Amino acid sequence: MQKRHFIDIAIKWLFFGAAATSVMVLLGIFGMLLFNGVKAFAHISLAEFFFSSNWNPSAYGKPSYGILAMLTSTFLVTLGAMLLAVPLGVGAATYLAQVATEKTRLILKPVIELLAAIPSVVVGFIGIVMVGPFIARVFGLSNGLTALNGAILLAVMSLPTIITVAEDAIRSVPNSFKEASYSLGANQWTTLIKVVLPAAYSGIIAAIILGMGRAIGETMTVLMATGNALAMPRGFFDPVRTMTATIAIELGEVPYGTTHYYSLFAVGALLFLISLVVNLLAENLAGRYRYKL
Amino acid sequence: MRQNSLQQRLGLNTLRFFVLLVLLFLGIILWEVFSKGSGVINSGFLFDYPRKGMTLGGIFPTIMGTIFVTLVTTIFAIPMGIATAIYLSEYANDNGINRLIRASIRNLAGVPSIIYGLFGVAVFVQGMGLGSSVLSSGLTLGLLTLPYIITTTEEALKNVPHSYREGALALGATKWEAIWTNVLPSAVSGIVTGSILGLSRAAGETAPILFTGVAFYLRYLPGSVYDSFMAMPYHLYILSTQHHAIEEVRPLAYGTALVLLSLVFVLNIIAFIIRYRYRNFNKARI
Repeated sequence: MQKRHFIDIAIKWLFFGAAATSVMVLLGIFGMLLFNGVKAFAHISLAEFFFSSNWNPSAYGKPSYGILAMLTSTFLVTLGAMLLAVPLGVGAATYLAQVATEKTRLILKPVIELLAAIPSVVVGFIGIVMVGPFIARVFGLSNGLTALNGAILLAVMSLPTIITVAEDAIRSVPNSFKEASYSLGANQWTTLIKVVLPAAYSGIIAAIILGMGRAIGETMTVLMATGNALAMPRGFFDPVRTMTATIAIELGEVPYGTTHYYSLFAVGALLFLISLVVNLLAENLAGRYRYKL
Repeated sequence: MRQNSLQQRLGLNTLRFFVLLVLLFLGIILWEVFSKGSGVINSGFLFDYPRKGMTLGGIFPTIMGTIFVTLVTTIFAIPMGIATAIYLSEYANDNGINRLIRASIRNLAGVPSIIYGLFGVAVFVQGMGLGSSVLSSGLTLGLLTLPYIITTTEEALKNVPHSYREGALALGATKWEAIWTNVLPSAVSGIVTGSILGLSRAAGETAPILFTGVAFYLRYLPGSVYDSFMAMPYHLYILSTQHHAIEEVRPLAYGTALVLLSLVFVLNIIAFIIRYRYRNFNKARI
């Protein structure tokens, strides 16, 4: 065999090895979280972990490891973010995909990508110096670092994801759908609402789910801007501490190999599973909107 | 009919308003950081160490730390990402194992950054004994950016016309020779764009470095990849939440945010320009 043919085969396997690393990393992350997380349940009952809202691992004598309050906090903040970001994001995506001229679209798309490029720590900082104090003033609160603050910031952060993916879905609706609607005498708005958006439905849902995943997994912003109170939140005006923030706050100070240390990996494992479900769901839905004509 | 057109005007204007609102968010963030941060930016701020418990002085070691750790990320993630993308675009057929590889990459892209931090602690810091270091953080950030670099590079490779490969193969080149001489040179600007965007993301991340190597305050720059380091995103975090005199250091926090944001934006704009020129270049060629 010639040397160059040998190189050709060697390189193929080298690149395959690089590609296989991604599989190993994903499995490695899952395995590591499970391996460390499971150890926590030697001392914590599953019922306590999932159904108690009392998280106090460093309590003297009887520590408690209930994640219900932080799980609720994560979902509360995410829900708030989606209530703001979904109408805005889908609306903006519709505009970019169907109403805007090509020139406007080419200018606006990179600008929206710029929004995605802002580091989360900067968004959190804006929450502390600007959005939080603004909320405190408007609603007469003593402290603006609340679930609402986190929700607003996460909405801004998930907007680029929602807009990009939804715009792609809306643009992929075949022109013939629109033409049929116009020929029946419908105007542009009716066509958008009754024909184009329903046709892009599953892609839009995929966009929303991906945006949601981004909000659930975000760490620095909620860590800085939501007040980090461990109690069960009663509403958007309460300070909250999400799952991600709990890991960020406690992993730095916890001694290696303790139940507390392992319990943070258990929280991480749950977070990982949520993100996995979100991704698979979005992928499944996004695959459906492609019209093959 | 009249009611219909009123509805249409109202509806389309609402959509326009939503787009403006999104742009307004970006504008507000930029205005807040630039207007309040530009006052503290001078050569002292950029090239001095923090002094007096970080209430005075500059952010020089945090800038150097961020550059240093991003370099480690580059060295690890870019070759790895390009190799994976070449495999997926040029070699992989649609069989079970390749579908598994693609699914893994897509799912890795959605894993929260704090999870990468946990992985870094368990695997790099403790498992491999690399300690709290530039290397541990750089590798953790590398894993985080990998899916991004793979996706953009694969897209760039897919945009190279098939005839380029076929031309080389017809002249007797091996597959690798065709890729090396004909495919990669045509895709290079797309690959560079994706890599720059991936690195700009890594440079701004905080959660993955939190426990893998970043330090609150150091009096020296890291001397090797086994030392811990200071970084701009983490510095902004401590100045705005963990410092003992938060109000007093607020201007410094604004300054840090400004420098960080400028770095990220400059990288993004460079990537945008490369992509734009490449697009025109391609148009002219075909």
